[in-house]
Amino acid sequence: MKGLPPVLITAFVLVAGFALCAVQFPNIASTRVVGNLLTDNAFLGIVATGMTFVIISGGIDLSVGSVIGFTTVFVALAIERWGVPPLLAFVAILALSAAFGAAMGAIIHVFDLPPFIVTLAGMFLARGASFLLSTESVPITAPVYSTVSDFALRMPGGGRLTAIAIIMLVIVIGGVLLLRLTRFGANVYALGGGRSTASLMGVAVGKMTVKIYMLSSLLAGIAGIVFSFYTSAGYSLSAVGVELDSIAAVVIGGTLLTGGQGSVIGTFLGVLIQGMIQTYINFDGTLSSWWTKIATGVLLFAFIALQQGLVALARRPVTKRAGATT
Amino acid sequence: MTALLPRRGLAQILALIVILAVDRVVSPQFFDLRLQDGRLFGSLIDVLNRGTPVALLSLGMVLVIATRGIDLSVGAIMAISGAIAASLADSHGLPVVLAAALGAGLVCGLWNGFLVAVLGMQPIVATLILMVAGRGIAQLITEGRIVTFSSPDLVWLGNGSILGIPMPVAIALGMLILTGAVVRGSALGLLIEATGGNARASELAGVGTRAMILAVYVWCGVCAALAGVIAAADIMGADANNAGLWLELDAILAVVIGGTSLFGGRFSLVLAVLGALIIQTMNTGILLSGYPPEFNLLVKAVVVLAVLLLQSPKLSGISGVVARLRGTKP
Repeated sequence: MKGLPPVLITAFVLVAGFALCAVQFPNIASTRVVGNLLTDNAFLGIVATGMTFVIISGGIDLSVGSVIGFTTVFVALAIERWGVPPLLAFVAILALSAAFGAAMGAIIHVFDLPPFIVTLAGMFLARGASFLLSTESVPITAPVYSTVSDFALRMPGGGRLTAIAIIMLVIVIGGVLLLRLTRFGANVYALGGGRSTASLMGVAVGKMTVKIYMLSSLLAGIAGIVFSFYTSAGYSLSAVGVELDSIAAVVIGGTLLTGGQGSVIGTFLGVLIQGMIQTYINFDGTLSSWWTKIATGVLLFAFIALQQGLVALARRPVTKRAGATT
Repeated sequence: MTALLPRRGLAQILALIVILAVDRVVSPQFFDLRLQDGRLFGSLIDVLNRGTPVALLSLGMVLVIATRGIDLSVGAIMAISGAIAASLADSHGLPVVLAAALGAGLVCGLWNGFLVAVLGMQPIVATLILMVAGRGIAQLITEGRIVTFSSPDLVWLGNGSILGIPMPVAIALGMLILTGAVVRGSALGLLIEATGGNARASELAGVGTRAMILAVYVWCGVCAALAGVIAAADIMGADANNAGLWLELDAILAVVIGGTSLFGGRFSLVLAVLGALIIQTMNTGILLSGYPPEFNLLVKAVVVLAVLLLQSPKLSGISGVVARLRGTKP
């Protein structure tokens, strides 16, 4: 029962919602709109994939939005001001963000602190560092950027599957495989089920914690690069609040916030649902953008209440043991 | 732990003195006070005035954290109550405006408390819902515009003064005394600490843990609403997008600096407010020193980490650090 029922519900909500949208605005049901939806939410999909791992392991990472912001500024400055070749800049920033995540994971494990507050400090740190680099928006004019932005696979019906959408899809598929088929993935679930239990079963809890936060920050770094492709600029205020959007996507996708249960596919569907709400509001034209927030909040509540119910049902026959969410 | 000002807190007071001294070096006029039109002016008063919203938030937040909870929605509640106050200010009297705005905060707190105490959700998650949706609700009230008002009553709440003290500071002080009297003057504080220390054991011992949790979230909502009204009165308008943005983090930081453990079970109201003042003194100092305000975030991050490491269960205080350095490294 590893997260299957909630994912089905998420899928149902997505399909039903999309059908409703399509009835009202027939134009929504085109590959063009779907292609744009994937492009617009590419960075969110990537970052939410990393967040899924963190949340399944029983943690949370509030720093991802700031890491995206820092990445865009760093990449823009490196390419435009410091004359670093784009590829080298990408490698440098990915190494940097991975190290940042590893440091947070190490602090969480070694000092036994709540992940929430450590990553909160990380969020301040990364955002502050990006402000220090530059408070202005830095446009990126490197030829790689126009090549990547122009690249797109044509879909039937005139839709374009852009390069950044492809990157997102590849990472989502990679995330699914990593979580489902590898020892690492199994350990993530074990950690979320209970740290001491996992430790007794032979999981190297410390190493895993470091690796999980490293993965999340690394993906946030990739999302930052994708974001810079998307906007062709680096700006220290970009992606403010993305951590909440990605947590919302993970929860709507049926991942248990207490850890131990969830899936990357569900998260992907959660990202699509958020994108769909946004698209609907754009199509409608009379609704204001704040309805996105309210709708997301309502969905969050509905899914968490549902989880709460499912957990209560699952726990009933089992003897009560703290932390054992099977 | 019965007195309002506990024996601990020396570190916080020292920290405040050090930061004040640094501010004095950076800006020689820092301690100058002058009385003008029956109101005190000066950098110190400015620190108190600007620190008010976070101080009010931390008053509610500290009780929530004492029960092992957290309230992420206070910023959004500020936006909602500010929006309500601003939209009603010109058509209704002050009592109605205050009742409506604080009532909204009460309802928000009740909602959070219901989710945590009755449905048993994790506090981070339960309050995340209102954090996401609340700002949307605030924008719904203001219809996406920045609502301005000119009601002199409400403006007085943000810019007036009483006995020379700016009104916001007087309100915050009043709330601190009220909260302290209610919580420490009765067994309530002890019961809240018991709930945070071990909810199950407390429940078996006869503490109404559900009622306690519900009550602290409601109080947190009311405090946040009051902060929202003051913030709106200060700028004579309500901006649903930016009112109280990121202040939940400052409030949590203030509580943590005040030595209240995130693991629940003990708290200090006075030190939490002191924490809010420390944050504001730092902010003002950075502004006065001419460094870009962006430094604020970096400094805050370093301060949080330092305080957290000292609070860490694995290192109890400085002695722990020393023992660790002496060779018990992992």
